[in-house]
Amino acid sequence: MSTFHSRRQQTAAREEKANAFLRRTRDEAMEKLNLLRLLLLGLAVVLVGLRPSTAFQSDELLVEDEEFGLEGSAADIPYARPSAPTPIRRRSSDPDSDSKIQFTLEHAFGDSDFSPAGTFSARLKTWNHGGQTLTKLRFSRNALTEAEKEPFQKLLQGDDFYRIRLPSDVLSPPGRDYIASSVKARCLPRDGLDEHFVIHMEGVKLLAVNYGAPGACPYPRQLKLPSKWAFNSHTVLKSSEQAQRTPIFTEEITVGENGEVGVAPPPERSFWAKYWMYLIPLGLIVMNAITQAMNMPEEQAGAQGQPGGGAAQRAPSSAVRRR
Amino acid sequence: MAARILAVFLLLFLSAAPLGSSLYEDQVGLMDWHQKYIGKVKHAVFHTQRSGRKRVVVSTEENVIASLDLRHGDIFWRRVLGANDVVDAIDVALGKFVITLSSDGSTIRAWNLPDGLMVWETFIRGSKSSKSLLLSGTNSKVDKDNTILAFGEGCLVAVSSADGEVLWKKDFADASFEVQQIIQSPGRDVVYVLGFVGSSSFDAYQINGKNGEVMHHDTASFAGGFSGNTLLVSDDVLVALDAAMSHLITISFQGGGLSINEKPISNLVGDFAGPVEILALKLGRMFALKANKLITFISISNDGKLDVLEKINSAAAISDALSVSDGRHAVGLVQQVDNKVEFTVKLGNDWNTNLLKETINMDHQRGFVRKVFINNYIRTDRSHGFRALVVMEDHSLLLVQQGEIVWGREDGLASILDVTTSELPVEKDGVSVSKVEQNLFEWLKGHILKLKGTLMLASPEDMVVIQGMRLKSSEKSKMTRDHNGFRKLLIVLTRGGKLFALHTGDGRIIWSRLLESLRKSEACEHPTGLRIYTWQVPHHHAMDENPSVLVVGRCQQNLDAPGILSFVDAYTGSEIKSVGPVHSVLQVIPLPFTDSTEQRLHLLIDAKQRVHLYPRSREALSIFQQERSNIYWYSVEADKSIIRGYAIKRTCVHEDAGDYCFEPRDLWSVVFPGKSEKIVSTVTQKLNEVVHTQAKVMAEQELMYKYISKNLLFVATASPKASHEIGSAIPDESFLVVYLIDTITGRILQRMTHQGCQAPVHAVFSENWVVYHYFNLRAHRYEMSVIEIYDQSRADNKDVLKLVVGKHNLTSPTSSYSRPEVVAKSQSYFFTHSVKAITVTLTAKGITSKQLLIGTISDQVLALDKRYLDPRRSLNPSQAEKEEGVIPLTDSLPIIPQSYVTHALKVEGLRGIVTVPAKLESTTLVFSYGVDIFFTRLAPSRTYDSLTEDFSYALLLITIVALIAAIFVTWVWSERKELQEKWR
Repeated sequence: MSTFHSRRQQTAAREEKANAFLRRTRDEAMEKLNLLRLLLLGLAVVLVGLRPSTAFQSDELLVEDEEFGLEGSAADIPYARPSAPTPIRRRSSDPDSDSKIQFTLEHAFGDSDFSPAGTFSARLKTWNHGGQTLTKLRFSRNALTEAEKEPFQKLLQGDDFYRIRLPSDVLSPPGRDYIASSVKARCLPRDGLDEHFVIHMEGVKLLAVNYGAPGACPYPRQLKLPSKWAFNSHTVLKSSEQAQRTPIFTEEITVGENGEVGVAPPPERSFWAKYWMYLIPLGLIVMNAITQAMNMPEEQAGAQGQPGGGAAQRAPSSAVRRR
Repeated sequence: MAARILAVFLLLFLSAAPLGSSLYEDQVGLMDWHQKYIGKVKHAVFHTQRSGRKRVVVSTEENVIASLDLRHGDIFWRRVLGANDVVDAIDVALGKFVITLSSDGSTIRAWNLPDGLMVWETFIRGSKSSKSLLLSGTNSKVDKDNTILAFGEGCLVAVSSADGEVLWKKDFADASFEVQQIIQSPGRDVVYVLGFVGSSSFDAYQINGKNGEVMHHDTASFAGGFSGNTLLVSDDVLVALDAAMSHLITISFQGGGLSINEKPISNLVGDFAGPVEILALKLGRMFALKANKLITFISISNDGKLDVLEKINSAAAISDALSVSDGRHAVGLVQQVDNKVEFTVKLGNDWNTNLLKETINMDHQRGFVRKVFINNYIRTDRSHGFRALVVMEDHSLLLVQQGEIVWGREDGLASILDVTTSELPVEKDGVSVSKVEQNLFEWLKGHILKLKGTLMLASPEDMVVIQGMRLKSSEKSKMTRDHNGFRKLLIVLTRGGKLFALHTGDGRIIWSRLLESLRKSEACEHPTGLRIYTWQVPHHHAMDENPSVLVVGRCQQNLDAPGILSFVDAYTGSEIKSVGPVHSVLQVIPLPFTDSTEQRLHLLIDAKQRVHLYPRSREALSIFQQERSNIYWYSVEADKSIIRGYAIKRTCVHEDAGDYCFEPRDLWSVVFPGKSEKIVSTVTQKLNEVVHTQAKVMAEQELMYKYISKNLLFVATASPKASHEIGSAIPDESFLVVYLIDTITGRILQRMTHQGCQAPVHAVFSENWVVYHYFNLRAHRYEMSVIEIYDQSRADNKDVLKLVVGKHNLTSPTSSYSRPEVVAKSQSYFFTHSVKAITVTLTAKGITSKQLLIGTISDQVLALDKRYLDPRRSLNPSQAEKEEGVIPLTDSLPIIPQSYVTHALKVEGLRGIVTVPAKLESTTLVFSYGVDIFFTRLAPSRTYDSLTEDFSYALLLITIVALIAAIFVTWVWSERKELQEKWR
């Protein structure tokens, strides 16, 4: 059966399994994890504090939370030029081999040329069936240099585009072409410069990058200079979701005794439910007739039996009319 | 309007109506019309002998085989072959079969001449592609079971014309042998197969016509090399051109061996430049040479000498030779002389005498004569008469006899490229009273008849009269604008470069114009029309002017060819002005701005992604400059699987019209992995679509906000194997990925993979949903999926108090640069049919519920309620959902026979469906085109805002009068009774 599964499905199944396992273990080891996290965080803080360039902050958000966790600081990875990717392969006992890979984010101010702005590093996972996926994406953003601040301010003043690009193939950059995205620079400044990347990938190929502010960017855009010239980055990796399968129903066919396909008769409705629309008017007519029939003898009796009374009644009414 | 009030009552009646509206039999033709066409005629075979009905069998460029009535031009029958089944040759065999050779010579079919039923079909399976030729041996005697010789895919096949049995087959498998001609000698059963081997060698095979054995094989080589086609001049002489196109080569091949002679063309026609073409006459020892814009008739004497007979202008058409009597052959010539057309018939062996010379007045809107087919008949005085079937530049077909046009068919309408609509002029006040009085009696009579019809008192004759009255009710074919917006002009651009204006009421042609700028010229060799846009709709400022349309064309087929623009008056059809050849045109973007004369601003994108602004006026430029920063566009490079987004950078530097040209700046790009994904379909919303409400109330009093953006692009990509024909890939290696991309920022809002599914993808995008159709390989069925996207960022605005106080973000402008929080809902359903076209109904305000209009494989248009394609359908909808109208989930979409918009008709060769909103909210106008055209009016939720046309106003009046009378009578009665009571 597994031969009929595509690679994607296998990957999905694997991830599902891993997720389930993780969920199970996560609850058990929550406290431990918290402790560990604290420790690691502390370590990271120390590391960050030790590093000479403190200007950038790296943040990561992974869709595949299978790999969620902290692992080796991104700052340690040497800076790589886009032309020279250095996939460092490393053997492990795992049949699915992993290797680290890096690719460069480049940016441009308005119509200027692209220049490096940061590095994405990820783990390239090669499954034993030959498929490759990128996981554990982390991002280290270079701080804006003084020389870059000036054009950025110009962009803010002119409500112009801040453009970024990534290679479409991380193994042999830039692949067929760069994937580019751009945003009006005025969307970015909040306290710092908030940016949000959504990277759509298919295996190891990057399809598109969507770049912009993490929240809303209301129009008309107001000019606002950031108080802190540091990027606050959020990154999301996205791969394609599977479409829902078309539901297939087996038709329920009731087969009668003589083999005929019989349609179940509709439940018999009550007499009242069927004919209420006739019964109500009929009832009304009957009621009307009865009251009339009741009035008739009464009237006749009254007219014959009380002539004086009738005259007495008439008098005030004529008086009224005369008035 | 009183009718609107009544509509409320009507709504009560109709609220219980089932889904899908249908038609009664007697309503056919009331608001729909259907016109049958065949397309530009390629071949014609007359069939006039020994038969009561005179007919002509034609094959066309739309792959139609049709039998036409020679008296009136009506279609007796026609068969539309598939798009890939191009007809190569037709002939009549045995006097009762039409033989066609199609699909590059691989299919031979015989059709019954009287009724067009297919009699037999034979396939030739050869080893290579080649020229396809058909010889049905019409010159041999009819009574014996004659064989048809067909050549296709490198095989010569003899087929029995009675049952299509293959008698023998000879495969010329040698790859370099290019067969040019096949000749059957009339007397002896010998077939000659002539062709080139390589470029410089000529081969002739003699084949026994009885069994296909090669009797003799000759080869001769010619140093100069051959180019192009060869031409058979007589039974033993062939004419060809050499590779340099400077010499004429005559090859005589019978009488033992081959002999090749050459002669410089300049000796025959004088100095010449440009291409040379040889034209067949199939006439005794004669041919024609087209060079230097002249056609030269040349005869070959028995000893191979070439003589020039006559030179005529090349704007002429020459028919094939027709055997008149006792071995004499005639040829027809049609020449254009000013506004008139000259039809000449000449005898082959006596060139200087004309058998017939007629001058015909021809509408110059038909352009030049492209083809002519002649046929002879015996006049009452027992002399020979000739009639000619003429194909014109605008693809129309005319029959010419006795110096007159007997009938004409506007077959240009079989190849519609694009459609737009225009409003009719407003009705002028002051209708003459006499006209009304004159019609009063008629009107009364009509109403009495209608009343009789309603009360079922009408006799069958009366019913016919009523039906006729309904059909020709002048109301619907008036040339003025109507209150409901049903009457419009459909402006249609055809492949022949002709523009037609059709009235929506009855489909008649109001005007037609062969666009000068779309005709062949020095600057523009092969002009083709592309699209048609509404250019100017006079509104309040420029009410006196006529509306106009913009026709965009291109000089060549390739994308970077120079473009042509033409501005045409929509009421008269006159060309106001034309521009071109100009920059190339890849894309045309109508902007939502108009200048003071109500001309709409258009952006034309050229092959270098530069933007050109039209109209080129200072005012338009100033309007554009204000909005310049908000203008974005995108390009789809399907061959590279890349989509790019652009904005404007600056005005062009090198361009002449610098101010109106702008250079692009790359904003974003999406690069699909080229090895695994190929773009198969991209769809956007219609620009003129109106969305009535953004909110959608769900069953549990919940509110969802539709994500409505005009800048969304639906893209479907498929794995390379899955983008070919169905069956060429197995489910495991085929998948389909669909994307919703914001074209401002390049943001992918939704991305979804369908495993085991494949192209072709047909999609329609409207409001916040997209519906697409594809093939599911695993289920072996077609599927339709729907994606609906909802905006979550507005989802908090549910509090009524907040809405009242104004604390909501509903009125704030949306920006594509905000990160969208969207939720997509999706569902797939099986669908039985494959789809040729798909669109959605459009109404004026967008209130009416929508229907999908699906062009099915059987060339019909099916209306499918959008409610069937609701992602919220579930197996057991709750009571609240049921009340809302959610249909219980089924795995396939129902096809209700009554919901075919085209009812019993077929729009043969269906290619497109266009919907136009009428002014009446409930109604939308539907125009579908292919080889045929069909127009109708649709009301997806019934006509809830007006009364139907056959509503009996008389009955209503009588009822009202009767009621008033009854009120008076009862009032008098009650008064009387009260009085009596008081006196009692």
